[in-house]
Amino acid sequence: MDDPLTKGPVPRWQKRALDKNTSASNSSLVNSSINNSKIKTKTPSKADSRKTPSKTPSKTPKSSPGKNLKTPNGGDRFIPSRSATDMDLGYFKLNQRDSDEENGEYKSPSKIQMEKAMTENLIGKDPSGMRILEFQKKAPAAPEGFQNSLKVVYSQSKTPSAKSNSRYIPQAPDRILDAPDIVDDYYLNLVDWNKNNMMAVALRNSVYLWNAGSGSISQLTELEGSDYVCSLSWMDEGDILAIGTSLGNIQIWDAASMKKQRTMDGHAARIGSLSWNSYILSSGCRSGLLVHHDVRQREHNISSVEAHSQEICGLKWSPDGKYLASGGNDNALNIWPSDGDLSTPIHTFRAHQAAVKALAWCPWHAGHLASGGGTADRHIRIWNCNTGAATYSVDTRSQVCGIVWSTTFKELISGHGYAQNQLIIWKYPTMTKVAELSGHSARVLHLALSPDGTTVLSAGADETLRLWKCFVPAAKTKKDAPESKPSDNLFTMKGIR
Amino acid sequence: MSSTVQKSKNAITLKGSAKLVTDYLNYGINSILFQRGIYPSESFKSEEHFGLSILVSTDEKINEFLSAVLGQIKEWLVQGKLEKLSLIITNVTNKEVMERWDFKLKYEATKETSEENGEPIGTKELKVIQNEIRDVLRQICSTVSFLPLLDCPCAFDLLIYTKPDIEVPDQWGETGPCFIANSEELQLRSFSTSLHRMDTVVSYKVE
Repeated sequence: MDDPLTKGPVPRWQKRALDKNTSASNSSLVNSSINNSKIKTKTPSKADSRKTPSKTPSKTPKSSPGKNLKTPNGGDRFIPSRSATDMDLGYFKLNQRDSDEENGEYKSPSKIQMEKAMTENLIGKDPSGMRILEFQKKAPAAPEGFQNSLKVVYSQSKTPSAKSNSRYIPQAPDRILDAPDIVDDYYLNLVDWNKNNMMAVALRNSVYLWNAGSGSISQLTELEGSDYVCSLSWMDEGDILAIGTSLGNIQIWDAASMKKQRTMDGHAARIGSLSWNSYILSSGCRSGLLVHHDVRQREHNISSVEAHSQEICGLKWSPDGKYLASGGNDNALNIWPSDGDLSTPIHTFRAHQAAVKALAWCPWHAGHLASGGGTADRHIRIWNCNTGAATYSVDTRSQVCGIVWSTTFKELISGHGYAQNQLIIWKYPTMTKVAELSGHSARVLHLALSPDGTTVLSAGADETLRLWKCFVPAAKTKKDAPESKPSDNLFTMKGIR
Repeated sequence: MSSTVQKSKNAITLKGSAKLVTDYLNYGINSILFQRGIYPSESFKSEEHFGLSILVSTDEKINEFLSAVLGQIKEWLVQGKLEKLSLIITNVTNKEVMERWDFKLKYEATKETSEENGEPIGTKELKVIQNEIRDVLRQICSTVSFLPLLDCPCAFDLLIYTKPDIEVPDQWGETGPCFIANSEELQLRSFSTSLHRMDTVVSYKVE
C-alpha cells in the first residue's frame, strides 16, 4: 500500500523543501506512518536556520518583498516559512480526522458542548441522570363546554376599545351585490357568513355561496317545486351549512365538496331559524316548535319543545354554548340553558311589544344578549342572561331586523326598516348613535359580520347585499381613508347570479 | 404550618422543609389552575395561606390527584430524590403543549445538625421563608398580565423529574419530557428553606 507513494511524483512542497535543503522532520511517528523515505534520509538541519526569517526583516526593515523570497527557508507570501510548519504531522492529522469521521464518531468539542447546552436548556438538567415520572391517574378534564372566562381579562386586541369615537366610518357601502328574488319576509334568516370567509345567501329556492376572499360565486343547491329556503346557518367550524326549507326539512351541506350530507325532518311547517352549538343544530319552526338535532346520530331529534305560541324567527346560541336565545312572533324572548332541563327556559322576557327577530350575543361579555323588536316595538334591549336583568334599552324609532356586535369596538350595529331603511351603529353601553348608514331603498332584512370583524353585510328587501366597512380598526382606518373616498363613486357592481 | 416550627430557635428539619416546599407547590399549582382558567372559577374557594388569600380547587378529583402526587413528592424531597416538577398545560383537542411551569429543586448543604438524631437542620427563620414563598406566589398571580390567553380547552399534568436511583411506585409510570415549540421563558423569584432551594420558571408559547 505504501509503495505508490514513494514511486509517485514528489509533491511540490517536498520538492521545494528539498531544493532549499532546509526541510526538517523530527517526528518519527509521522515518518513511519507516511513512510516517505526521501525525507527520512535527510539529516536534520541546524536549529538556528529557523531563525533566519525573523532576522532578515530586522536587518532591512524596509526591504522589498522580493528580497525576502531569497531567504534560504523559501517561504512564499502565503506561508512565509515552510520549515517552521510540520507538513508530515499536519498530513497525518488530516488523515486521522478523515478516518474518524468515516466511522461516524468524530464530534468537535464545541459541538459536544453545544449539544449539552441545548439539552440542559430544554430539559433543565443533564438528561443522563434523570428519570421523568408521571402519576397515571390523571386529573379530570375541565367540564364540557367550559370556556376560559379570562378572555375578558386577556384579549386586549379582541376586547373592543371604548375610545376612538372620532374614527372614520365610510357612509357608503364598500361593495354592492345583486340579490335578485330574495324573499322579503321578516321572519326568515337568509344570510350567513362563516369563519372561512364564505357567505351563504338564499335567493328564494336556491342557495349561493360567495367567497368574500376571492369573489367567486357558486350555486350550492336549488330546491324543487314551490319549496323555498327559509333559513341558513354555518356550523362554527368548517364548511358545514344547514338549510331550513319551507316544507319543514333541514338539509346539511358540505360546502367544501358541494355535497349534501343528510336531510332531517321533524317539522310540520317552515323552519325560519337555525343555530348551531358544535354538533347540535337547533331549529325553530313556524309552529313555535323548537327542536334540537344531533347531526351525528341517526335518530337526530334529541329534544323538541313548544317554545313559542307563534313562529320562531330569532334563534341564537351564545358563543360559549351555554345559552340559547329564541325570539318568537308571540313577542316573547326565551333563554334556554344548554345543561339541565332543555324543556323549560331559565328566563322569559316579555318586554318587547312585537316579534323578536334580531338577536345577538355580546362577544366580550359572556351571557349578555341584545334583542330587537319589530314594527310595534322598535326597541333594542340588552339583557344579562346570567342574572336575568334587563340592563339597557333604546328606542330606535324603526323596526329592528338585525343586530350584530362589533368585535373590534364596543359597539353594535342594527338594521332597520321603514322609514329610513338604515343601519345604525350604537355605542355600548351608553347606547348613543355613532353613525347612521343609509343606502338601502327597502328595509334591511338580515345582517352578518365578516370573520375578520371589519365588514358588515346587510341584505335588503331592495334585492341588494351591501358590504359596509364600518368596523375597521383605527390604525388601519387612517391608511384606508384616503383610498376609500374616491372609490365611493365607483361601486363595484357585481351580480350574484 | 405549626408543624414546621422546631424545638430550637431558627431551626428547620428536613421534614419541615419538605412540608414547606410541598405546601408551596400545592398552592402554586392551585393558583396556576385558577389564574390560567384551566377549570371554571366557580370550582375554587378562597383560603388564607402564607398571608395571602389563595384560590384552592374544590373539585374532589383534582384534589385527589394533587394530594397523591404531592404526597409522593414529599417523600422524595426528604430522600433527596426529586430534581424538578413540571406542570404541563396542554390543549385538549390537539395535545399541543401550551405552557410549562418548572419548579426546579436544588438541595442546599447545611453544616448544622440536630442534637437529637444528627439529621441536618436549616437555620433560616420560618418567617423569612414564608415571606419568600409569599413573594413567589404573588408573582404567579401577576403572570396573568403577560401570559397569552389559553383560548382553548386545556388539561394539565404533572411530570416529576427524579434521580435515576429510585423505585417507581405503584400507579406511576415513566414518560418523556414535554417541549413547547417556539417558546418564551420567564424566571420568577426563587425561595430557599436553607435545605431546599426552589426556582420557578414559566415557559409559554409565543403567538
